[in-house]
This record gives sequence, C-alpha cells and structure tokens, in this order.
Amino acid sequence: MIHTDIVIIGAGITGTAVARALSRYNASICVVDSASDIAEGATKANSGIIHAGFDAKPGTLKARYNILGSKMYPDLCASLGVPYRMCGALVIAFSDDDITVLKELEIRGRQNGVPGLRMIRQHEILDMEPNLNPEVVAALDVPSSAIVSPYEIAFAMADDAAVNGVCFSFDQPVVSIRYTDNSWQVRTSSDTYICRSVINCAGASGALIHNMYSKNHLSMIHRRGQYYLLDRSPVQPFSRTVFQCPTKMGKGVLVSPTVHGNLIIGPNAEDISDPLDTATTAKGLSEVLSRAGLTWPEISVRSNITNFSGVRAHLETDDFVVGSVAGSPGAFEAIGIESPGLSSAPAIADDLAGMVADYLSLTKKSSIVFYSVSEKPFHQMTDAERKEAVSKNPLHGNIICRCEVVTEAEIRAAIRRPVGARTIDGIKRRTRAGMGRCQGGFCSPRVASILSEELGCSLREITKGGGSGRLLSGTVAEFLKAGESFD
Amino acid sequence: MTDQYVDILIIGAGPAGLAAAISARESGMESVLVLERESEPGGILRQCIHNGFGLHRFHEELTGPEYAQRDIDRIRELDIRVECGVTVLSLSAQRIVTCVSPVYGFRTIRAGAVVLAMGCRERPRGALCTPGTRCAGIFSAGTAQRFVNLEGWMPGKRVVILGSGDIGLIMARRMTLQGANVLACVEIMPYSSGLNRNIVQCLQDYDIPLYLSHTVTDIRGRDRLEGLTVSRVDENRNPVPGTEIDFECDTLLLSCGLIPENELSSGAGVEISGITAGPVVNNHFETSVPGIFACGNVLHVHDLVDHVSDESFKAGRAAASFVNSNNVSIGFITIKDGAGVRGTVPQKIRLDLSENTELMFRPSAVFRNATVIAEADGKVIAQKKAMIFTPGEMASITLKPKDISSVSGNSLTIRIESED
Repeated sequence: MIHTDIVIIGAGITGTAVARALSRYNASICVVDSASDIAEGATKANSGIIHAGFDAKPGTLKARYNILGSKMYPDLCASLGVPYRMCGALVIAFSDDDITVLKELEIRGRQNGVPGLRMIRQHEILDMEPNLNPEVVAALDVPSSAIVSPYEIAFAMADDAAVNGVCFSFDQPVVSIRYTDNSWQVRTSSDTYICRSVINCAGASGALIHNMYSKNHLSMIHRRGQYYLLDRSPVQPFSRTVFQCPTKMGKGVLVSPTVHGNLIIGPNAEDISDPLDTATTAKGLSEVLSRAGLTWPEISVRSNITNFSGVRAHLETDDFVVGSVAGSPGAFEAIGIESPGLSSAPAIADDLAGMVADYLSLTKKSSIVFYSVSEKPFHQMTDAERKEAVSKNPLHGNIICRCEVVTEAEIRAAIRRPVGARTIDGIKRRTRAGMGRCQGGFCSPRVASILSEELGCSLREITKGGGSGRLLSGTVAEFLKAGESFD
Repeated sequence: MTDQYVDILIIGAGPAGLAAAISARESGMESVLVLERESEPGGILRQCIHNGFGLHRFHEELTGPEYAQRDIDRIRELDIRVECGVTVLSLSAQRIVTCVSPVYGFRTIRAGAVVLAMGCRERPRGALCTPGTRCAGIFSAGTAQRFVNLEGWMPGKRVVILGSGDIGLIMARRMTLQGANVLACVEIMPYSSGLNRNIVQCLQDYDIPLYLSHTVTDIRGRDRLEGLTVSRVDENRNPVPGTEIDFECDTLLLSCGLIPENELSSGAGVEISGITAGPVVNNHFETSVPGIFACGNVLHVHDLVDHVSDESFKAGRAAASFVNSNNVSIGFITIKDGAGVRGTVPQKIRLDLSENTELMFRPSAVFRNATVIAEADGKVIAQKKAMIFTPGEMASITLKPKDISSVSGNSLTIRIESED
C-alpha cells in the first residue's frame, strides 16, 4: 500500500509532461505504467511532427492545445537538451478540389496564428522538393512545422520529473480504481496506491481506465497507423515534411525527414479492436507504400531499416477530453490524445497540472532542479570534442553501436539516467544503439551484457522490450544438460 | 597535422585484413598497422567453430579459429602491429583516418596506402519488410552464432530459419546439436543461396525441411516470439494466399544475405558498385580513390574464406607496390556483366596487366552444362565450361595478359552461355 497525493496513469508524452508540470508543486506523485519503460505506447510510434496548427478546427481543444503546445516546443526541447528542428512542411495539391481545401487550411491557419503560411505553385514546389511528384499543382508552404524525437522528449521529461521527486513504476497495469473514504484507491497488478487525485493519461487505454472511475462509460476507437523508417543518409529525398491534402478518406500519408536524418513514411489508418496490437501487416504496409507514391513517385524502400505501428486513441467526438471528471472528485483525464497530441502535450500538461494544483490547493516548490540531457551525442561531436570526450572518459573509446556510433560510456549513462533504461529497446531509444542499418545485429549482445552488468542481473533476465520478452533462453550448458535428461 | 604516419594502414583484422598485412610486409613494407574493433584478431572466423575452412589454401579441413590462427601466427612471426579494440570513425580521400579506443584514445593516422578489410554485415528484418510484431526472439543468424559459440547462450528452443545463406544453414546444425528444435529452413528463391555441402551436412543430415519458394509472411508474439506464418511465393516472390503454414516457435533466425560494410569507404568518396555493394576496383584491388584498396567481404561477399585470403594477399601486395612506386595505370579495360552474370570483380583491368588475373562473379540463376565466356570486340577471348553454375557459389574465369593485349576496344563482357 502506497500513500501518495497524486497517481498519474500512463508514462507517455502526456503523462510525463503532466508529471513534470506537477513536480513543480509540493506534492507526492507516482506515475504508473503497464509497460516496462517510458513512451511504450503511441509516443514511441508516431510521425514525430510538431504541427504548426493549420489543420485544427478553431474552437476545438485540439486547436487550442496544438497552437499553445507547438509554441512551447522550441524552448522545451532546448531546456531538456533534446533535438528539435523547424524543417517546414508542404501540404500538396493535385487538383482544383485540393486547392480549395488548401485555401481553407490557409485561412484556418491564419485564424490560428500560424506564421509564414503561403500558397505556392508547381515550379517553386519542385525547386524546394525536387523528388516530389511533378504533377503537383499547388502547395501550402508551412515554414513553422517542426520535427522532434517524441520518445526522447518523454524520457527527458520523465527524468526532469524524477529529479524533482516524482516516482515512476513500470510493469504495473491498473486493474481497478475505487473512490472510498474521500480518497482514490488505484490497484495495479502488484501494488495499491491510496491518493487524493488520479490522472488518466493512458493513451490508447484511456477509455478502459476512464470506465474504472466514471459511471459515464466511454468507448474509444483504436486506429492503427503503420510506418516505414528508412536509413540515415546525408542527403534524403525530402528536406521537409510533405503532407498530402486531407480528404474525406483521411489525412493521407506523410513523407518526412526525422531529426536523426532518417526518412519516415506513413501512417495508414485502420480501426482495430486491441489497443495493444502494434503488429504491422502486409496489407497495411503495402497501403502505406502505394499512398506515399502519390507524394514520391520514385519511392524506394530499399534502405528500409524497420517497420512499426502505433495506435491512435480516437474518440467519436474527434476532439480531446481534458480536465476534471464530473461525478468523480479528484479524477482528471487527458483522453483521445491522438494527433496533434504530441504537439499539444506540454500545453495540456500545464492546464491539467494547474487544475490538479487548484483542486489539491498545492503550493509551488521554492526550488526546482532543471534537468537536461547535457552530453552531446558522440555521433554528433567534432573531432576535437571526441578527443576530449575520450580523454576524459576512456569508455567513449569503445564504440558499441557502429551504425549509429554509440559509445560504451553513452550506454552506461543511459542506464544511470534518473529513469534509466532497463531493456535493449530502452537503450535503443535513449542512445540510438541498435537504431541503425544493422538493427542491433552487431551491438545487441554487447548492450545486453552491459545491461546485465549495470543492473546486477544475469544475462537471462535481460529483455528486448520488457515483459516476458527475454532475449535468451538459457546457457548452452543448460540446454545440453536438458538434452541428456531426455535420453 | 596527424598524430601518426604509417605506410600501410589496414582496417579490419579478419581474414582479409590479416592476409593483406602479411603480404604487404612480405613485399617489403616495414610500417604496417592493422586496426581491429574487436578485442582479438580473426574477424567472423572467431565464431565459426565448425570445420570446412582451408580446403583450398591448406588442403585440410580447419575450424574458423584454426584457420585464423595460422594467419595470426604468421602476423606475429613477421612482427606486424595489430591494435585491437580500435574503431575507425572516418576515412578521407587523403588517406587520413580518425579512430578511437579506450586504450589509445582518439587519434588521426595518415597512411601511404589504406586497405579496406571491414567485412560485411547481415541483412536485418527491416530490409525484408516482413510484417508482424516486433518481439524478442528474432536474430540475424550471425548474432545467434555469436551468442551460442562465443558467449555460451542459447537464443531459443524452437527455431525457424528464414533464408538459406550459409550462416543460417550452419546455425540450423549448431542449434540442433546444442539441443534446440529446428523446425524449418525457409527460402524465398527456388534455389538455396548457400553452399550445396551445407544443405546436405546441415539440413538433410538432421532431417530439417527446406522450404524453397517460401517466405515468412507474419510474425506473432507480443513480448517474445510465439509463432509465425510461412507462405509459398509465386514467380514474382509474392505470397500465394491459401498456402500458409503456421509454426509455433520462439526463435526466428535470419540468413537473408550479407551487405559489404562500406560506410567508411563512402565517406572517403570511394565509388561503390550498385551490384556488389562493394567498391569498384581494378585488378590491383585499388578503388576509385588512388591508394585506397579493398579486399574480402567488404569488396564482395565470398562463399569461401580461402578466396578471401587469396584476394587479400594480392591487395596487400598491390598496396605495397603503390607505396613503393606510386604507379598509375595508363588506362583500363572495363569489365561488364553479360547474360547470366552478376557483380564481376574486379570491374576494371589495367592495360599494363603483367600476370594472370581472375575475374569472380555470381551466376544470376542456375545454369547446367554451361560455358562462361569473356568476350571483347565481338569475339571470344577466353572461356571455361562447368557442369553447373548456381547463385549460391561464386564462379570465376582467368584472363592472361595476352588476352587483354588482344582487346582493341575499352570493354570486355563476361557472360554465361547455357547449352540447355
């Protein structure tokens, strides 16, 4: 039994942002998540775009938080020490109907205060993006559209929250939530939390959690989107995010550079029943390819390094739900956080934290620790910086991931972060080791052995991504012994 | 300003790098340095504990480590410096490398000649776009081999192998011998990409079924692999609905091809062939950048280490001769891939060819009772017959200096003519 002021359910982009915002107040806070790490849901599997705000319908929460949130990102990323790049975006049109839509988006964008919007014509578009379909007739140029690494932001926000006193617990699916004796009892698979306020940031499981504390039952649509991720390259075929013109059929797939120099292609949209089903399918992947072909006729996925999918939490109302819950005193929620959820997260978090602080009459802390991912990745260092880094810490001289040039010192640092990596995937997302063209073929045995050393456990305990996903089955000696006993 | 100068710098101490170092020293080079990122020399041979290495070169069957040890012993006799635990970070066209190591720190080294001997890596799942979940239990065959043979850990109990590359076949046998249950080897092509002897000795001898013209079409399991679906493919390699076979397994090993590892080469501006994925070289194994040579699997993926060594001895000699005389060719004949031939190496022959040169290539399909032909100016200048050519086994044809001097144009085509 754990007594705490606040329990936040979900450690994705919203949950970590809320945790960070609330960590500025005098309160005890626990974040619980069913997965083994931060950002294991949609936060690790989305397009990584900070939307400028031209797409959001004025008057909706999506518009409000998108516009507020996207403005917060440059400073937020700078202070957390994570990448942010305002690479710009184009929304492309192939017909007069498309142009009509673009004009609507332009007007909407101006209403929402999006700077620098302009309609451009074919020759200028093709000058900007020579690999774009030459049949393009017009585009909306959105210079303030940006790209980020969503999970790295969540890791850094979690670390920031943790150094300011927030406690994180993983592998703890919530099984029930009850209101008794003026407090909330949140039962997980392994613990019971008694708290004054519970905040639902559970992403794709948002409705499931909501229905544990509210009689007003909610249903959610789980909309899966599949992606291709192409290898890093100094020259990518596209230098900015290219959106297709939204139609009745949906947003269309995008093609975009990533902050790490990869190219991302996706997503499609398919409604599925299981919010945790993040498999890719032959049908879904081929749909992404064929639809992306409209943007990029010469599309080639020869340099594909991985496919993945994420599940969007879609509500029938097509808007976010953010705030307190009627009839459930002390319960707060942020649900239906699909696109532009990443862009909105810091603004949602500030609002929710303010509401919770008011409800609990919290006071601001007198001192706050500002966390930043201070060390520049070895991969991005100049020769002089590398020389200095290796002389200060010889473990920078041991390159563990050769594709992404990640050093042993960086792997160990990732495990020792405030909310440190405990799995191979956790190392991958924090350091990029295994994120490259060999997909961990070379580094995974080395990463596994460093993890077992740092965590003080046997290699057999090491998992790829948590849960029961152990990397290895047993020692060779054990297998041979088992074989003898069969005889 | 660089920290150090050497006459010959060799990147990688696998079989290619070791052979190149030996021949450079034997050609009179005093200052030879080999950089190796692993903790010991030997490269991938260290984890290839099965036998079958060295039949051509030593006329006996050695294990991988035994084969490597012969070169390592010679390296010691010749007192050649091999630095392990050193990773090269960059290479420039001026033959300056930057490298790091926990022991030697960060250094820049300038070289009279550089020999690229970085080897290759395995194609990962992403390159195949295989759908399904991203669970634990999916390994490239070489990674699994490292776990079993070097680290003493078993990746899983019930195993399916996708791809019939040699490492996959070897691992089918290894996993079986170590007590795992290997359910199937699945190959998308209608023929195996591995050596025939490995099909017999690693699959047939252990009753492991080989599914040709099949591939994995779904991967299941949230945390750890639980099962997968295998489907037959049509002649365009598209899965045929209704042919699905489900396997319950906890491990999938991928043996779907090897890719020469040329990030450093590209950084130096070395021209890379779209077919071999290795540098374009002449018969001295010199790349498009003067003084940078390439040999072994970084140049093109070999079937047999004996051929790697053979090629690398030549490359090391040529690098030494470059440092000694800085000789440049007066011109080249370009070698073109003709019908039935892919990825001929070298791609260029110097007009001053003074000794026999062997052109190696992969047949693009299976040919029986066929002849490989070198043709220039519309006439055959060399030919060689064989009972069978198959993509799984590299083929070659040797050209003599007089063959080259008889060519009046500037190109020569290698092709396979089948009698069937």
